[in-house]
Amino acid sequence: MIQRFANPNRFMRLSAAVVPWMAGATMILGAAGLYLGLFQAPADYQQGESVRIMYVHVPAAWMALFCYTSMAAASATALIWKHPLADLAARSTAPIGICFTFLALITGSLWGKPMWGTWWVWDARLTSVLVLFFLYLGYMALVNAFDDPARGAKAAAVLALVGFVNVPIIKFSVDWWNSLHQPASVLKLGGPSIHPSMLAPLLLMALAFTTYYFWVLLVRLRAEIISGKIRAIRLRQVHG
Amino acid sequence: MTQFTGRNLVCVRGERRVFAGLDFAVDAGGALVLAGANGSGKSSLLRLMAGLLPPASGTLSWDGAATAADPEAHRARLHYVGHLDAVKPVLTVAENLRFWAGLRPGRRAGNPGDSVGPALETFGIAHLADVPGRFLSAGQKRRLTLARIVTAPAPLWLLDEPTTALDEAATASLEAAIAGHRAGGGMVVVATHTKMAVDGARVLDLSGFAVRSQGAGALDS
Amino acid sequence: MSRFLHIARRDVRLAFRQGIGGLMAVMFFVLAVVLFPFGVGPEVNMLARISAGVIWVAALLASMLSLEQLFQTDFEDGSLELLALTPMPLEVVVLAKVTAHWLTTGLPLIAAAPLLALLLHMNTDGFAVLIVALALGTLSLSLIGAVGAALILGSRRGGVLLSLLILPLYIPVLIFGVGAVDAALAGFTVRPQLLVLGAFFLAALPLCPWASAAALRQAME
Repeated sequence: MIQRFANPNRFMRLSAAVVPWMAGATMILGAAGLYLGLFQAPADYQQGESVRIMYVHVPAAWMALFCYTSMAAASATALIWKHPLADLAARSTAPIGICFTFLALITGSLWGKPMWGTWWVWDARLTSVLVLFFLYLGYMALVNAFDDPARGAKAAAVLALVGFVNVPIIKFSVDWWNSLHQPASVLKLGGPSIHPSMLAPLLLMALAFTTYYFWVLLVRLRAEIISGKIRAIRLRQVHG
Repeated sequence: MTQFTGRNLVCVRGERRVFAGLDFAVDAGGALVLAGANGSGKSSLLRLMAGLLPPASGTLSWDGAATAADPEAHRARLHYVGHLDAVKPVLTVAENLRFWAGLRPGRRAGNPGDSVGPALETFGIAHLADVPGRFLSAGQKRRLTLARIVTAPAPLWLLDEPTTALDEAATASLEAAIAGHRAGGGMVVVATHTKMAVDGARVLDLSGFAVRSQGAGALDS
Repeated sequence: MSRFLHIARRDVRLAFRQGIGGLMAVMFFVLAVVLFPFGVGPEVNMLARISAGVIWVAALLASMLSLEQLFQTDFEDGSLELLALTPMPLEVVVLAKVTAHWLTTGLPLIAAAPLLALLLHMNTDGFAVLIVALALGTLSLSLIGAVGAALILGSRRGGVLLSLLILPLYIPVLIFGVGAVDAALAGFTVRPQLLVLGAFFLAALPLCPWASAAALRQAME
């Protein structure tokens, strides 16, 4: 039983060593990606300079999904193997994921204005990301709705899994709904024929966002573990 | 002989370890009285025994077979009385009782037979059979809850502060019911603060298993 | 099976004994729909155009509002623990309670829907499909909502939280429910939409009781 639990002290030592590397990688990859994306990559012949929003928007959207998947995986680990770090990881991932989702929505909206002439269209992708945003919101509300953090974590883990099963169903439904109401007039992004000069900054930014995620996740996990220790000291004051 | 045992039980509530390394054993016809201060884990231990709360470690066994292996069989052989009375205000006393009796094994649901009347008589509330639950006093609700456990036979009774709100007469009825249950080979585990006459009961003082100055609960274990 | 019916019958009886309170969901449904003509104006074409969507959204909200109480009262008065301790899978208990919920709120919603469709000047071609789609859809809504109702037990501000949790999950049912009625009104086949609604129901039937039971067990720990 005891061996199965990850030793938080070892985690604290390991994470302390990894955090600066993650921070450094984020800075370097991000700087390189932004430089290539903003100054080196060509402007689109149709979209002009506004195409450069893509280098933030697309990785953010990827990360929104990536974080939700990690959250569900961590929740499953917590429910099945009762790994205490998994609960913390799921809970710490949610705020990061919702920020990426929000970033994807905002940049999508900013990009939409010059492209489609409107801040928002009920396009299948935008709508799906909006629903994903609400799923994150529900998860975070549930985690924090209980006086006992363990109860909140467990309830939220069930919700994360239910939500994860539902994401493809929602995506399918929204696609169907969208094809019914809006003929494919909306410009679709990307496609396979993306030029290498655009692909390089895109991938660099995606990598930078990923290392950023792990960086913040580790910092948040460390903070959670420390606050858990503070709670334990408080409990000892009460129960002797 | 039938035996209900727990070995090396650890209970974690919230982020706190309530007790650790707890052992107990109850034989057929035996009784176990749980003692200990508030917060020592008497209710938690009863919930653990009922299967409502999984132990953080350790095993509960019935005749040597782990109860966790077949939780439904375990639930079929126990009656649990918690702090709450589970009395529906819009159902009459008899309807309340008939509902719970109908869910027990060995009888057809919806036709709990004639055990409802005698059970109500045991606790002196037969005259209230047609009264809706919302008119009952706290003591009468408690009597109704206790009547539930005598309507259907089950070898193991888990009683958490059963005498709360009971007057002396009702407490005596309960003591008589427990004695009758044990005479028929039943077991009783009871947590109580008041004096209850339970002959030849073993006493388990939970204060002895309290976890003091332990680290940060589950995370530090 | 008889125990399943026993629980479902008890929940239906509890709902009936509450009198007018049991019809709260359907009253909300009617009021919410009646508000729309005031909001968008009484123009017949406009109302007919949005009728399917308005009825579906109102039905969804009404179903959700009544779900908050699905496990809440049983949780608060201790009945839920006793139900969990009956010798049958907790999933069956959940399914019985969901069935009772659907009978007491889903069915009245379906019965009221044609009346509201008339008020909104929906073409009568859509009525039959509206009823079939609502029947399939509200079953799924009750099942999905049960998961949310189980998750919020013991939380602060449960009602608002419940809407936050399950409304996003209701979107697929809404899309295909409205889609079926709109297709019928436009004279297209409604088979694909109804099949998808049926698929949602069949998928929710095993998954949702399982997830609800898991959440209930945690709530009672």
